[in-house]
Amino acid sequence: MSIKRTNCPQCGAPIEFRFSSAVQTTCEFCNSILVPRDLDIEKVGKVADLPLDTSPIQLRTEGIYDGKAFSVAGRILYQWEQGGWNEWHIVFQDGVSGWLSDAQAQYAVTFQKEGERIPPRPDIEPGVRLTFDGVDYEVTTVTRAGYVGVEGELPFEYWDKTVLTFIDLRSKGGRFGTIDYSEEPPLLFLGEGVEFDNLQLKNLREFEGW
Amino acid sequence: MSSQPKPTPKVQALECPNCGGSIQLRGFGKSLSAVCIQCLSIVDTQSLRVLQQFQAKERVIPLIPLGKRGKLHGDQWEAIGFQCREIEVDVTAYQWREYVLFNPYKGYRYLTEYDGHWNDVKPINGLPESTTKGGKRAMKWLNETYTHFQTANASTVYVMGEFPWQVTVGETAQCDDYISPPRMLSSEKTNNEITWSIGDYMTGDQVWKSFEVPGAPPPARGIYANQPSPHGAKSAGWNLFWVFLGATVLMMLAASILMGQKEAFRQDFTFAPPPGPQAEAQAIVTPVFELTGRTTNVEVEVLTDLDNEWAYFNMALINEQTGQGFDFGREVGYFHGIEGGESWTEGKKADSVVIPTVPSGRYYLLVQPEVEAKPGQPPRTIRYELRVRRDVPYNLPFFIVPLLLLIPPVIKSFRKISFETRRWQESSYAGSDD
Repeated sequence: MSIKRTNCPQCGAPIEFRFSSAVQTTCEFCNSILVPRDLDIEKVGKVADLPLDTSPIQLRTEGIYDGKAFSVAGRILYQWEQGGWNEWHIVFQDGVSGWLSDAQAQYAVTFQKEGERIPPRPDIEPGVRLTFDGVDYEVTTVTRAGYVGVEGELPFEYWDKTVLTFIDLRSKGGRFGTIDYSEEPPLLFLGEGVEFDNLQLKNLREFEGW
Repeated sequence: MSSQPKPTPKVQALECPNCGGSIQLRGFGKSLSAVCIQCLSIVDTQSLRVLQQFQAKERVIPLIPLGKRGKLHGDQWEAIGFQCREIEVDVTAYQWREYVLFNPYKGYRYLTEYDGHWNDVKPINGLPESTTKGGKRAMKWLNETYTHFQTANASTVYVMGEFPWQVTVGETAQCDDYISPPRMLSSEKTNNEITWSIGDYMTGDQVWKSFEVPGAPPPARGIYANQPSPHGAKSAGWNLFWVFLGATVLMMLAASILMGQKEAFRQDFTFAPPPGPQAEAQAIVTPVFELTGRTTNVEVEVLTDLDNEWAYFNMALINEQTGQGFDFGREVGYFHGIEGGESWTEGKKADSVVIPTVPSGRYYLLVQPEVEAKPGQPPRTIRYELRVRRDVPYNLPFFIVPLLLLIPPVIKSFRKISFETRRWQESSYAGSDD
C-alpha cells in the first residue's frame, strides 16, 4: 500500500491518502473536503464542526474482524430525529473497504454488495421480506436521516447529501444489512451485528472518568 | 503526521429550559433525553426543548442511586436512568422498575426489578425466529427455544435521569416475554419498531454486590417468570433412582442364585369337611421332615383346588425334638364369574408363609383346615398340597427398597412441578388448563 502525500490547497497542511480505495479525504486542520482530480487535488467543500460526538472509535483505530486486521480510514456521521450514528470506513490489510457502524454503541460490520436487485423505495416498509445473496432478510426500520459531516478518507465522494432514506434489514441468523437510497441504483450493504469486545479495538478514544 | 487531538468527552451539564436548574449528563452525547432533577421536566438533549413537563405527585427514589457504577460481565456500568413501568391485568396494576446502565464503549444495558426479582437485560442485534414448544408459542434465538409467558401493554409512569431515546411519561409498548429460565427473551413493540432483548435472572444479593449498594436488597416475593427452579433445571434425581433400582435387581438375582432354596417336604392331602355351619375338622399331622443347615427361613406353601369358595388353614411348624412350635394361618380363596359379558377372577388358589428364623432339626406340620359351609349344599371335599422349602430368597426388602428409593425423586419432582405451576400462575396462561 503506497501512501500518496500532498498538501491541502486551502491551508497548505500535509495531506495523506493512506488507502488506495479512497477518493475523498478531509484536511484535519482546516476541515476542507478534498478530492483528487487528475494530478491535482481540489477542495470541493468544507465540513462544519462535527457536533459533540461520543463514538469510542476514531480515525486510525485498529481492530480485527473475521480474523483480518483493519484500520479506520474515515467516517460519515448521520443524524435523524432520534439521534445520530457513525459509519466508520474501515480498510483491511488487503485493501478491501468495509463499514463499521456505531449506533449508540450497537456495532455492525457491513460490506457493499453489488449486483443484487433492489426494489424501489415505495415498495419498502417494515415487515417486507427481501432475499440478498441467498439470505432472507426482513425490513426492520425505515429511517429518514440527514448527513451531518464527514471525516478522513472515504471510498466515494460524499459531501453534499441532504436528506436520505435508509432501510435496515435483519435476518433470523443474525445477519444485518442496510439499503442506502441516496444513489441510483441504491447501495446495498450486507454484514452482521458485532460485539464490541470481539473487534479487539486499539487506539480508542478515552472518556473522562472511564 | 500530526493531527489535532480530539477533546476527551467529559460529563456535561445542561441548563433546564423549564426551571433553569442544572441537568447532569452522564451518558456523554449519547443520551437523547434527560430529566431535570429539580422540576422533573423531560428535556431533549439535542434541541434543549422540553419534551414533557412532568409533575409527579410523588417522587420515587431508585434503589440504585443514579451515578452509581457496578460491575457486570467484567465491565463497569453506570446507572444513568430510571423509570417505573406498569401493566394492568384484570384491573390490577403491576409496577416494575428499570435502570438504564451505560458504558461509553459498550453502550446500554438495563436492570429490571419486580418484587425483589432482578434481570440483567441486553438488547440483541438480531431477529428471533417464531416456533412452538409444547403447544405454546415460542421463539428461537441462538439455538435456544423460549416459551411464550406473557403479553402485556406496559406504560411508563415515572422517569428520572437519562435515556437513549426520547422518553415520555405515558408512552406505551406491547411487551411479550418468552422464557427459558434463567433467561428471558423480550420484545417491545411501539408504533414503528420492534426491539428484542435478552434478560438474565439475578438475585437482589447479586445486584447489591455488583453495585455495592449498602443495606439489604428487598426480599424476593413469589416466583418470577424466568427465575431458575431451585429444584434443578433438568433431572429430579431420576437417573440416580434408576441406577439404584438396577443395583437392587442385580442383588435380588444374586440372592436367588446364592440361596440354597431346598425343598424339604411335599405331599397331597384331602379335606372332607364334616357337616355343620362352620365346618372344622380334626387337625392332621404330616410326616416328619428334616430342615438342615444354618438357622434360616422356611417357606410353607398351600396349593388348593378351591373353586368359588374359601378355606382357612391353621398351621403350626413343630420341632419334633424340642417341641418348639411356630403357629401361623393362611386364608385362601378363589372366586370367578362372568358379569356384563366380562369374566372376572378374584383371589388365588395358593398362598404361602415365610417363617424367618427356624433352627435346623426334625419338624412336622400340624394342619387344621376350615371351610365355609354353604347352606343346603353338602360340603365338598377339598384337595390341597403342602410344600415346605428351606432357605428361600426373602424378597420383601427388595420390593421395599425401590419404594424407598422412589421417595426423593418423587418429592423433588413434586416440588419442581409445584414451582413450575406457581411460575405459570403469573403468566398470560394462568387459569387455563395447560
